[in-house]
Amino acid sequence: MNLVGSFFRSSIGRKILMAVTGVILIGFVIGHLVGNLQIFSHPDHINGYAQFLHQLGPLLWVARIGLIVAVVVHIWAATVLTLENKAARGSNYGFKHTIQATLASRAMRWTGYIVLAFLIYHLAHFTLGAAQSATFKDNLKSYVLTADYRVAGFPVVNAGTKVADVYSMVILGFQSPIVAVFYIIAVGLLSLHLLHGIDSLFQTLGLRSNKWSGCLRKVAIVFCLAYFVGNLAIPGAVLAGKLSPQSAKISAPAQR
Amino acid sequence: MVAASSTKSISVTLRVWRQSGPKELGQFKDYSAKDLNPNMSFLEMLDVVNDELTARGEEPIAFAHDCREGICGTCSLTINGKPHGPGKGIATCQTYMRSFHDGDIIVVEPFRAAAFPLIKDLVVDRTSFDKIMQAGGFITARAGSAPEANGLPVPKGDADRAMDAAQCIGCGACVAACKNASAMLFVSAKVGHLGLLPQGQAERDRRVLAMVNTMDEEGFGNCTNQYECSAACPKTISHDFIARLNRDYLSASLRSAFRPEAASTGGGGA
Amino acid sequence: MATLDSKIPSGPLADKWRKHKTDIKLVNPANKRKYEVIVVGAGLAGSSAASSLADMGYKVKCFVFHDSPRRAHSIAAQGGINAAKNYQNDGDSVYRLFYDTIKGGDYRAREANVHRLAEVSVNIIDQCVAQGVPFAREYGGLLANRSFGGAQVSRTFYARGQTGQQLLLGAYSALSRTVGAGLVELHTHSEMLDLVVVGGHAKGVIIRNLITGEITRHSADAVVLATGGYGNVFNLSTYARGSNATAIWRAYKRGACMANPCYTQIHPTCIPVSGDYQSKLTLMSESLRNDGRIWAPKKKEDRLKAPADIAEADRDYFLERIYPSFGNLCPRDVASRAAKRMCDEGRGVGETGLGVYLDFSDAIKRLGENGVRERYGNLFDIYHEITNESAYKQPMRIYPAVHYTMGGLWVDYNLMSNVPGLFVLGEANFSDHGANRLGASALMQGLADGYFVIPYTVGDYLAGQKPGSRPSADGAEFKAAADSVSAMSKRFLDTKGKQPVSYFHKKLGKIMWDHCGMARTKEGLESALQKLPALREEFNATVNVPGSANTLNQSLEQAGRVADFIELGELMCRDALTREESCGGHFREEYQYADGECKRDDEKFGHVAAWEFQGAGKTPLRNVEALNYEFVKMSVRNYK
Repeated sequence: MNLVGSFFRSSIGRKILMAVTGVILIGFVIGHLVGNLQIFSHPDHINGYAQFLHQLGPLLWVARIGLIVAVVVHIWAATVLTLENKAARGSNYGFKHTIQATLASRAMRWTGYIVLAFLIYHLAHFTLGAAQSATFKDNLKSYVLTADYRVAGFPVVNAGTKVADVYSMVILGFQSPIVAVFYIIAVGLLSLHLLHGIDSLFQTLGLRSNKWSGCLRKVAIVFCLAYFVGNLAIPGAVLAGKLSPQSAKISAPAQR
Repeated sequence: MVAASSTKSISVTLRVWRQSGPKELGQFKDYSAKDLNPNMSFLEMLDVVNDELTARGEEPIAFAHDCREGICGTCSLTINGKPHGPGKGIATCQTYMRSFHDGDIIVVEPFRAAAFPLIKDLVVDRTSFDKIMQAGGFITARAGSAPEANGLPVPKGDADRAMDAAQCIGCGACVAACKNASAMLFVSAKVGHLGLLPQGQAERDRRVLAMVNTMDEEGFGNCTNQYECSAACPKTISHDFIARLNRDYLSASLRSAFRPEAASTGGGGA
Repeated sequence: MATLDSKIPSGPLADKWRKHKTDIKLVNPANKRKYEVIVVGAGLAGSSAASSLADMGYKVKCFVFHDSPRRAHSIAAQGGINAAKNYQNDGDSVYRLFYDTIKGGDYRAREANVHRLAEVSVNIIDQCVAQGVPFAREYGGLLANRSFGGAQVSRTFYARGQTGQQLLLGAYSALSRTVGAGLVELHTHSEMLDLVVVGGHAKGVIIRNLITGEITRHSADAVVLATGGYGNVFNLSTYARGSNATAIWRAYKRGACMANPCYTQIHPTCIPVSGDYQSKLTLMSESLRNDGRIWAPKKKEDRLKAPADIAEADRDYFLERIYPSFGNLCPRDVASRAAKRMCDEGRGVGETGLGVYLDFSDAIKRLGENGVRERYGNLFDIYHEITNESAYKQPMRIYPAVHYTMGGLWVDYNLMSNVPGLFVLGEANFSDHGANRLGASALMQGLADGYFVIPYTVGDYLAGQKPGSRPSADGAEFKAAADSVSAMSKRFLDTKGKQPVSYFHKKLGKIMWDHCGMARTKEGLESALQKLPALREEFNATVNVPGSANTLNQSLEQAGRVADFIELGELMCRDALTREESCGGHFREEYQYADGECKRDDEKFGHVAAWEFQGAGKTPLRNVEALNYEFVKMSVRNYK
């Protein structure tokens, strides 16, 4: 079997694809969270950041296509493996019993479904503007940067640039309790998904052993908790009234 | 330690899967097993029930068994959903009635996996394991061709770990317990055993690729790293060997994709 | 009258095998594929034979009644495998291994066979290591050894307590390789129910598929039986439940002689029977006797008391009392018989009264509980698992159990029976262990026969058979054999009596254990020879085998096996009655020294007794092969 064949056709190959795409997506969600947490500082940050990403142009598309491929392969592999797994059981046990498999591992399929549904809504909401279009960034007043947005010390977006007001879009979006709660539930389930996913990818890539699997598990738990808290913070802060949209803040002079 | 109640007899209800053949419909049937000595093994209890069924003119329950000391791997049923019953690190034949209480309802089913087609009642066909072994579960060493045994030292740690894996009794409990009926623990134990030894290196890549390929062809499911297999294994073989199998498979795939091929594999005929 | 030509090569002992290998005929490589060999059984001997013959180029068909060759009962051997490697530099040699085995067998084995076994023992270790058997190692990476009973050197190779398992998996992997390469046609769930003899030669077998019930005929140029021992005649034994004598018994009925069937080995330290539902006895390693003290209560009325409540003065450490110099470490057979005597006197412990104590309290005082745990932890765990009793807190209960059969089908030096073309390997033959087998020698023999003997000797026979001369499986002999097999199944199914097969097996086991077990007497054996034909009649008249012949029918399988066991039991008793001496595992109470040791009669019984079937209901014929000891002097076995 050639290399592509052995990755796409064999059981372990497909699991390796799951793991590798999982690593890519974990990298993405970490970056995404870190970027979004800029919402807790001056609006210049998150808005400058969004503008910076847009300015990447073709590079942004490379990243987007990469992520889309990763998501598609991840879902494809999950679907094929799951269908095979169902067929492999044949007839079901009359008495179902679990010895020690974790809740996170048993819920992978369901957490996956909900995260996927959320992902679609999330893109429609914040990327495409198909949902809650009234508060979509294109429909809000543009924002003028009060200071340079810098990446690694280099100014990438200059002060005075008119940019989309992502800051307000996010906050206005989360002022709908339904959206915010859906978001919180979804990232909660995603954290659960990651809990098994992280442990699992080390096993699939052959990097896990009893010498440090306990440590790995703890690291995964801490990571997933931190990820959940980080994501909870934004809608949480909005619902608690700690964050308000640009219009309320614009009067305050940018003093940094 | 001495159970005072060890001689007090118990009675249980067995809910047993009865299926007269692979194509017939199966169903659970209840049988009462009365006045059992708790020191009886689970299989001996089935022997007694079967003798009663025979006396009543009914067909006895077919179940697989042989050595009855936990090493041949023949016994193969699930008790209340767990392969080999409630104990850890033991086979069905080492399960004793003292593990149950008077009045219990005990559900007894065959191992369920498409790759282990049912033959009758609680007996399934595990030929698929043999096929995986035939594909690569060996080191080619014809009788007569072996070098001096001590010519090749094996680090004690490697030999001990190889033995940990080699203890597999081929019962199929890993497949039965796995949520996906995957045979990864079985395959990984064999690949790990032979791959850990210096003798096994020459065929290492070939072995892992061939065995995984056959495993897939036989219709086993895929590992989702839930480790029900090692928890059910009567020899408590670690799922660390699965990680090792994954790694071996990955490196063998990469190596075989880029390694140049010899112009000829022949032995030079005259 | 069968001709028993042992075909032992002439010349010095150490040169016989080498000389024989250069003398015997060869089959040229191009002709090998024209010969077909049937191998029945896939334990150590069968798997190794099938893979070796296939690698040489013969077409091989292998039949196993199990669902996989890996289930054969070789897998349960615990201790190890002997080989004269002398890795310990303790003076071991091929000659010493030969001598220990001959002496251990109480001078009732053939010198030449045993010497060959010792010679090839070293090759077996090489072969197994090359196959990846994970033997125990020293830190330097070289092979480790342990010592074992009956020897003063450390020559036993082992893989934890699962040596048999690892060796079998090695042989199974070789078999799997040849099956995968298309060199061996493997038939699982296939039980041999008859041997087909054409023109005086073994030329095929009749097989019943245990799943479909289909009866098939298979012809071949030679037939190899490697189907194990017959200890399940006793019903309760350390054998697997499925172990049976059907293949060798049906071969016997087709003319192959059965040699020394009365030689059975009884192991002293097994976990006793706990009730009449019991199906199996489990061995506890003999090594426990190094630190445990064996005793029984002095008074019958104490036998059901908790052991802690029996005062020291009321305990009878009977081995220490009767054999003061050897005490608890006296030989297996002596220890077994002494325990039986205690129970016969009504002093046996446990509910059944068939058990004595093996007490570690002194060892625990001396070494501490952890010290004992380090040495025997895994055995104490097994004991606890089975009995639910902790041997740290109270003494173990032990009782002897049947464990191995030294007798089997008669074979010559080539491992061929008196029926030409029928080869018999491993425990199924009688050849190498005499009247008693030493520990760690069974595995050695199985692999020696399969890897290093049969590949040479089968060729010697086949070279005399014209390629392509094997008969068609459609011939009259095949049809007749297949018909008789079907008729037998039909008879069992049609009897529709009252008793399940297990009833007869239990009854047979009791008769055999009482009269042909550890200690035998003329009266006992004569009474067994009255009871067994009656049991056979009862079986024929009242057995109840439900179901049909064309599905998986475990009762039907068992019926055939038990029917054979009943007949074989009769032959064992007859053999034991005729052998008016005690030797090794055969102990006749009339023939013993004052200290309870076996009293052999080399003059009258220094021979192999090979029984020849004369027809149903007729007394079988006792043929004799004299044992000519050229190199070793037969002497009184003495381990003091």
